[in-house]
Amino acid sequence: MPSVKIPKKSTFVDMTPFVDVAFLILTFFIMATKFKPEEPVEIKTPNSVSTKDLPDSDALQVTFDSTGRVFFSVLSEKNRKIKYDVIKHINDARSLGLTEAEMQNFVRMPSVGVPFSGLKQLLAIPVEDQKNFRQPGIPLDTLGGELYYWIRDAVGTFTGKKLQYLIKGDNSAKYPAFKQVLNAFKKNDIFKFQMITMLEDAPAGSELDIIRKRQKAGK
Amino acid sequence: MASIDEGGGGGHKKGPGVKKAKKLSTRVDMTPMVDLGFLLITFFIFTTTMSSPTTMELYMPKDTKDEDQNKAKESGALTIMLGKDNHVYYYEGQLKEDASNFLSTNFAGIRKVIIDKKKAVIDAHQHDAGCEKIWEKNGGDKKSCLDKDLVIVIKPSENATYKNTVDILDEMAISDIKRYAMVDLFPAEKILIEATEGK
Repeated sequence: MPSVKIPKKSTFVDMTPFVDVAFLILTFFIMATKFKPEEPVEIKTPNSVSTKDLPDSDALQVTFDSTGRVFFSVLSEKNRKIKYDVIKHINDARSLGLTEAEMQNFVRMPSVGVPFSGLKQLLAIPVEDQKNFRQPGIPLDTLGGELYYWIRDAVGTFTGKKLQYLIKGDNSAKYPAFKQVLNAFKKNDIFKFQMITMLEDAPAGSELDIIRKRQKAGK
Repeated sequence: MASIDEGGGGGHKKGPGVKKAKKLSTRVDMTPMVDLGFLLITFFIFTTTMSSPTTMELYMPKDTKDEDQNKAKESGALTIMLGKDNHVYYYEGQLKEDASNFLSTNFAGIRKVIIDKKKAVIDAHQHDAGCEKIWEKNGGDKKSCLDKDLVIVIKPSENATYKNTVDILDEMAISDIKRYAMVDLFPAEKILIEATEGK
């Protein structure tokens, strides 16, 4: 019986288009995205139609999560020394007894959420290991609590600069938490805030939508 | 395209004694490269954020003891209260004794309420030369006088979430409301909301 010879075909597949696509997608991701800033808590911010951009320098940010824990951070991408000045100021004013290394540690941290009494303990931990340390949040009450002092001392360090005040809250946080944060700012005579939100489109046909379309057409 | 084939050199006849160079395959195995590419893609997807956050401005009034600051015209006032589970309550003007104008809606319905109110205020507007003069002097649109009596008061309750608060402030921007304020609930309103929500 004559055996039917099956011709051996090469299993070599041309991968080049595959490589092309992979690197194209890679390029897109590098261009279109930004690194996630490290945060001690995950916050899902609400949406808004506002289009104003987020500042990355000369700003104080107060974050509160869904359970009402409050965190404080100083945004100074351009000038890291200011962040050091802030903690030095607070250390001196409240005699926390922080060492030089602990203050340097603060500069590297994205945000803090501990009472003043626990600050030394938190800063003694290197930034990389802080993930396992559950920060209880800055104590707040109707008059602003310790957050008031954080804001006051930070504002004092920034004198002569135009500061912006950012509030970042979680979707499911309760209104009283937000109000207490506002109170801490208000006590410092700060009445203008910026709330961090995610961009969404103005609903079609609404007044804002009409205004924006008109502005676009005018340009 | 991919593997660069060098098959074109065959037509040229070399003389005797000229050694023919052994043809080597120029095919390169691309698999590791693909692996690497997708590994990097995965890495970038996980570590980066797509949309950049934006900010929404909020101006709060200074707390003053003065009780009758900024008295709003009753005809143009709309009070919106935020309850729990995304409920929204509202009334126009003053809250009546029997609470007959205390109405309930949700976030989908509140926009229509705001738009209707704005329309009603604009329709009832009487010519105000003084206001128009101020706007003209400052180079603004004097149409802004049409809804100058419209004041929306936002009162989030303790059970309202931060998202609710931002959403209602967003509604102000969407409907182009220029005069609004965020204040605390009155005791009477608190009782009404509690009674409606059944605690």
